[in-house]
Amino acid sequence: MNEVNHLSKTRWFNWLKLSSPSTFYPVAGKLIPIFWILTAIFGIAGLWVSFFVAPVDAVQGQGYRIIFIHVPASWMSMFLYLVMAAWAGLGLVFNTRLSAMMAQALAPVGAWMAFLSLWTGAFWGKPMWGAWWVWDARLTSELILLFLYLGFIALQASIDNPRRADKAGAILALVGVVNVPIIYFSVKWWNTLHQGASVSVTKAPAMAQTMLWGMLLMALCFWMYSIAVGLMRVRAIILEREAHADWVRQLSEVKI
Amino acid sequence: MWNSPAEFFAMGGYALYVWSSFGVCALVLILEPLFVRARYKAIVRRLQEERLAEQFDQENIE
Repeated sequence: MNEVNHLSKTRWFNWLKLSSPSTFYPVAGKLIPIFWILTAIFGIAGLWVSFFVAPVDAVQGQGYRIIFIHVPASWMSMFLYLVMAAWAGLGLVFNTRLSAMMAQALAPVGAWMAFLSLWTGAFWGKPMWGAWWVWDARLTSELILLFLYLGFIALQASIDNPRRADKAGAILALVGVVNVPIIYFSVKWWNTLHQGASVSVTKAPAMAQTMLWGMLLMALCFWMYSIAVGLMRVRAIILEREAHADWVRQLSEVKI
Repeated sequence: MWNSPAEFFAMGGYALYVWSSFGVCALVLILEPLFVRARYKAIVRRLQEERLAEQFDQENIE
């Protein structure tokens, strides 16, 4: 009994310790190369499947291959928003510095993913629909997601006091969460030009197995990339915001 | 599947759309980490300079 209690106590202690910027900083540094290697492995495998294994589409010819980056970028743009809002919310509730920094580090990655989703979507829509852009529910709500990311970044940058910036940003991020299910279900709720979901949990996928594999591998590549870049950015943010802390002064990279 | 490199790059007539998508995607995914690394290096350099300045001040006082 005593031993169990002891174990759970030490575990809890370790997690708390990891939530402090000074202990998280070196751990993040060690994790970054691992996530870059995973990004490269999934990226190479995903691109190979996308271009050399997946068969040509009966209707869209070779043009459909845009799907292999369009869908992963769209997924990540929505998923990263939820993760960012969760970190921001945690920071708001528990007043932890690191969670707010995590939210700040993820926002630009998410914004780029939303941009890529819209960009690749435009280059897919032009040959298939005949239009770069339509004010369709799916496209419009994804554009709003990009603006939510940009708004979060701009709002935090415009407030000088970092703690107040964290709070204001967290409220914006949490209110914006309502947009994510709107994007996801937009193709069901409204009559959209954008096609319905290609992958569903309840139905068998409406595409060839190899196409699905290509998409999943690329999605994993984007996921690992987001973690790697997020960790890199959070390390920079930690140093910027803890610049006057003693542990930062003692870092080997600062001591020269 | 592809009979020649030319056929691969032509993408069945969709070259502009496929390569514009993949090209910009690759560009973003390469540039973003480079910008982040530059930001990280900038803050480390600032911290090093501050440290050196402090050392200097202390030596002058002594």
